[in-house]
Amino acid sequence: MNNTSPNFLTSSIGKKFLMGLTGLFLIVFLIVHASINASIFFNDSGTTFNMLADFMANNFILHLIEVVLFIGIAAHVVQAAILTRQNRKARPQKYAVQNSAVSSKWYSRSMGLLGTLLLMFLILHLKNFWVPTKMAVMEGVKDHHTFTHLIDIFSNPIIVVVYLLGLVSLLYHLLHGFQSAFQTFGLNHKKYTPFIKALGFWYSVIIVLLFASMPITIFLGLIK
Amino acid sequence: MSKIDSKIPEGSIEQKWTKYKASAALVNPSNKRNLEIIVVGSGLAGASAAASLAELGYKVKVFCYQDSARRAHSIAAQGGINAAKNYQNDGDSVYRLFYDTVKGGDYRAREGNVYRLAEVSNSIIDQCVAQGVPLAREYGGMLSNRSFGGTQVQRTFYASGQTGQQLLLGAYSALQRQIGLGTVDMFPRHEMLEVVKIDDKARGIIARDLITGKLERHFGHAVLLCTGGYGNVFYLSTNAMGCNVTAAWKAHKKGAFFANPCFTQIHPTCIPVSGDHQSKLTLMSESLRNDGRIWVPKKQGDTRKGNEIPEEERDYYLERRYQAFGNLVPRDVASRAAKERCDEGYGVGASKLAVFLDFKDAIGRFGKSQAKKLNIENPTDKQLKEFGKQVVEEKYGNLFSMYEQITDENPYEVPMRIYPAVHYTMGGLWVDYNLMTTVPGLYCLGEANFSDHGANRLGASALMQGLADGYFVIPYTIGAYLAKEIAVKPIPTTHEAFVAAENEAQAQITKFFAIKGSKSVDHFHKRLGKIMWEKCGMARNEKGLKEAIQEIRQLRDEFWKDLRVTGKADEMNPELEKASRVADFLELGELMCMDALNRSESCGGHFRLESQTEDGEALRKDDEFSYVAAWENKGNCTYEMHKEELVFDVVHPSSRSYK
Amino acid sequence: MSGNMNLTLKIWRQNSGKEEGQLITYPVKDISPDMSFLEMFDVLNEQLVSKNENPIVFDHDCREGICGMCSMVINGRAHGPKSAITTCQLHMRSFKDGDTIVVEPWRAQAFPVIKDLTVDRTAFERIQSKGGFVSVNTGTAQDANCIPIPKDDADASFNAAACIGCGACVATCKNASAMLFVAAKVSQFALLPQGRIEAAARVKNMVAQMDAEGFGSCTNTGACEVECPKGISLENIARMNREYLAANCKD
Repeated sequence: MNNTSPNFLTSSIGKKFLMGLTGLFLIVFLIVHASINASIFFNDSGTTFNMLADFMANNFILHLIEVVLFIGIAAHVVQAAILTRQNRKARPQKYAVQNSAVSSKWYSRSMGLLGTLLLMFLILHLKNFWVPTKMAVMEGVKDHHTFTHLIDIFSNPIIVVVYLLGLVSLLYHLLHGFQSAFQTFGLNHKKYTPFIKALGFWYSVIIVLLFASMPITIFLGLIK
Repeated sequence: MSKIDSKIPEGSIEQKWTKYKASAALVNPSNKRNLEIIVVGSGLAGASAAASLAELGYKVKVFCYQDSARRAHSIAAQGGINAAKNYQNDGDSVYRLFYDTVKGGDYRAREGNVYRLAEVSNSIIDQCVAQGVPLAREYGGMLSNRSFGGTQVQRTFYASGQTGQQLLLGAYSALQRQIGLGTVDMFPRHEMLEVVKIDDKARGIIARDLITGKLERHFGHAVLLCTGGYGNVFYLSTNAMGCNVTAAWKAHKKGAFFANPCFTQIHPTCIPVSGDHQSKLTLMSESLRNDGRIWVPKKQGDTRKGNEIPEEERDYYLERRYQAFGNLVPRDVASRAAKERCDEGYGVGASKLAVFLDFKDAIGRFGKSQAKKLNIENPTDKQLKEFGKQVVEEKYGNLFSMYEQITDENPYEVPMRIYPAVHYTMGGLWVDYNLMTTVPGLYCLGEANFSDHGANRLGASALMQGLADGYFVIPYTIGAYLAKEIAVKPIPTTHEAFVAAENEAQAQITKFFAIKGSKSVDHFHKRLGKIMWEKCGMARNEKGLKEAIQEIRQLRDEFWKDLRVTGKADEMNPELEKASRVADFLELGELMCMDALNRSESCGGHFRLESQTEDGEALRKDDEFSYVAAWENKGNCTYEMHKEELVFDVVHPSSRSYK
Repeated sequence: MSGNMNLTLKIWRQNSGKEEGQLITYPVKDISPDMSFLEMFDVLNEQLVSKNENPIVFDHDCREGICGMCSMVINGRAHGPKSAITTCQLHMRSFKDGDTIVVEPWRAQAFPVIKDLTVDRTAFERIQSKGGFVSVNTGTAQDANCIPIPKDDADASFNAAACIGCGACVATCKNASAMLFVAAKVSQFALLPQGRIEAAARVKNMVAQMDAEGFGSCTNTGACEVECPKGISLENIARMNREYLAANCKD
């Protein structure tokens, strides 16, 4: 038979592949992010944390990686928007009654919603932390007080609650996204898939708990 | 001189087909491009024929009433397909398959056709495997076989309980490939309503687009009817709801003879009727008889549950009566034996019209061998049962769950209840060795023709015949006809014959709507079915058949006076579709009874109460009835019978014994 | 057992693809629990005919769960409340006296409604004709046992080939994606040596046609696998993704 297919990246599977790839990249990033943040648990008044933050802010390679990260996030978001639009178009007339709960998990069906919440959270988060740091770098400030800033922000209960809600979105987004990426890459195997699913579950829970413990401990004054 | 000539080639039985192929006229490739062939029906025969003919270069149009060729009812065949591969080294051969089929058909089939069928059977398996049909395999990677009724070798190839589905999807994929290549035009949701004849030759059809209701004219240098059997004349059968005789019947009315209409197969293992609401019957594959044992209680009117009746109070009547074949006797024999027991009052279940099919022994046997395989010494009874169930589930799981779904009973615990049901029709349009009907250029393939099964079809032979006709017979035989047609230019469908045929179809539709009666189509169909089942079913006699003929005539009159068809003609209208089908069944039913009345012998699926041995076995009368009864339609429901004498040069008819 | 259930049905009626449709309420009485769901529809249609109304048009044929013709979304689930069966295999004992049952057609842009509960599924046909086959002409095959095929592969291929093309996967999927259907066909052939020869072109062509038909994409919710009457596994979708990636890497 002749091959008559168009470009890989414009195909539905190609797009999904890109979603999975960027998703996995972001999953890896979260590990780095969480590990660095975890340095506040040394409870050394932010010495280690500030050191790492300074290193991050002033390293050229990391700046490059930062650009890649933003491209990754943008690609993930844009691709998701395109796919969601196409998927909506695929069913113009909705069902009067839908009993989806039997056949799939609510969060698997709500990746778009969870993703949008996450995006909003991300913007807030960048505004809280990334923007001030960048401004400082641009103004030529060498010695950042990121830790003090952190304590400041998380002393506001509203922000803590918003962060926790954002993390709940992240939890469910990851619960589906982690194993979904592997399925998209074609990794579904009787032997390994249960392992991937378990890994995805524990990864999501641990990452989110780790992140959540930061605003909570700071708000409760356990980290000084 | 008979009006019909079977055109069986001369020569020894082994040489007929070989010689035919070597000497048949051919059409050269450039001419094939200009020849158009219409295929009606897309089951095993239709899809395989259409694909094969398109591969050869003909221009093909395919019509089916379903929304896809893949939905044709061949898909529901469960058990398997026979072939004389002798992969099991158990002494099988083309000759033995031929012999079993002629004998199984109770010596009412043509030797020449049956031998050809056995010959090409092996190529079918090769073809299907090459197409990617996932037939069952052994651990060594080789194809697996099982045994079926009426044979003593293992020659049945299968794909779990879905053999028909897999084979049809194979033929369907070949067809889809041709559609993709543009050599086949597919017309789903179309129903053929008339054959168009020009100068006595079939030149096209009138089809109704079932979505828009529009009548369409289609030209073809030849027309192939591959439209399946007419079992739905009984209303309740294992056929799909849409299966019908319309294409064949319209052809019959245009001059194609209808052969042996009374030869219908009643399948022994179906799920019994549960109430008046019943719309169809579900078959449990014959393969279940490999491991299941059939019995009834020794006591009449026993109301205990199957599993509560002790061993010594059970009558394994098939094993008792037929020691050599036991539960694996041919279908007609098994069906009649079940009816006999139920008529005598030994039936089980609420309706008392059922016998038990029991897997208790099989579960025990499998359990032991499985325990041995797993090296478990002294297994507990519970373990044995569990192992046995696992093996049974692997072999028949889908059938068991289907049974449970319908009856709400667990067949692993309680024996299944089964009863015979109409399943297959051996009769059909008369065709010669070329598969051509008495109308030149009009062919008939698969179950729709009167075919190779004589008076009874053996299990796993229908799939074989459908695919043999489509893949390996018609591509050769149609060339012999079309070679003489190469000068014929496509005839415009404005030709008066097309106009006349369309008018006829239109007139019938108009007539339906004009009746404005009070009864639905189903009402008449159910009543027809009841007459047919009671008087032209598993056992027939002169009195009943004569009554049936009268009753059908009355019913037909009533139908044309009191039918109500709702809706309009120019829209999707299933009531109209059903009306047109039942109108034809109401005529066919009468002819079936006439044929059954004429054939005052018992043979295969046709059992005349007047013709039986002392111990109740079928009594054939070879001196009087060794012929094919081919009925010519003389108009206004009158018929003339023509005889095609059957000649048995190789297999000499003997009394069929499975004892 | 005679009928002893009274039900309220809300059924989608739509005269044609060009007209708007709506849910219409019909009461039905004396329904036996032993009836199949479609036999219950027969009873209702018989009532409608007796009142000189147009009966409800719905696709059905074999009524034994193999032809793939029947296609109803019943109370929000494709083929109704039970798993691993088709609409025609559903029996009324799955419902209770007094229940309200909402019946809708498959809904997808690629499956336009023809009339009432009947939809046009020829998109599947077009996908199939792009590569759902092995290009082998009749008569060219070698002996069937020439290529031994490991039983596990043959079984896995069979399990994929068990798809009946009903479209419940599309009807169920929140994105109306046809991935399970296409993946089943791709897998059937990808698992067999006969199918390997054209595997790359097959998967690319079939996916391209699938996209062109306007089906949504797969977001791995797994709903299709749960509602599939033949239990076609998600593994097949993974296999198709794999095949698709590999095929595209080859170019």
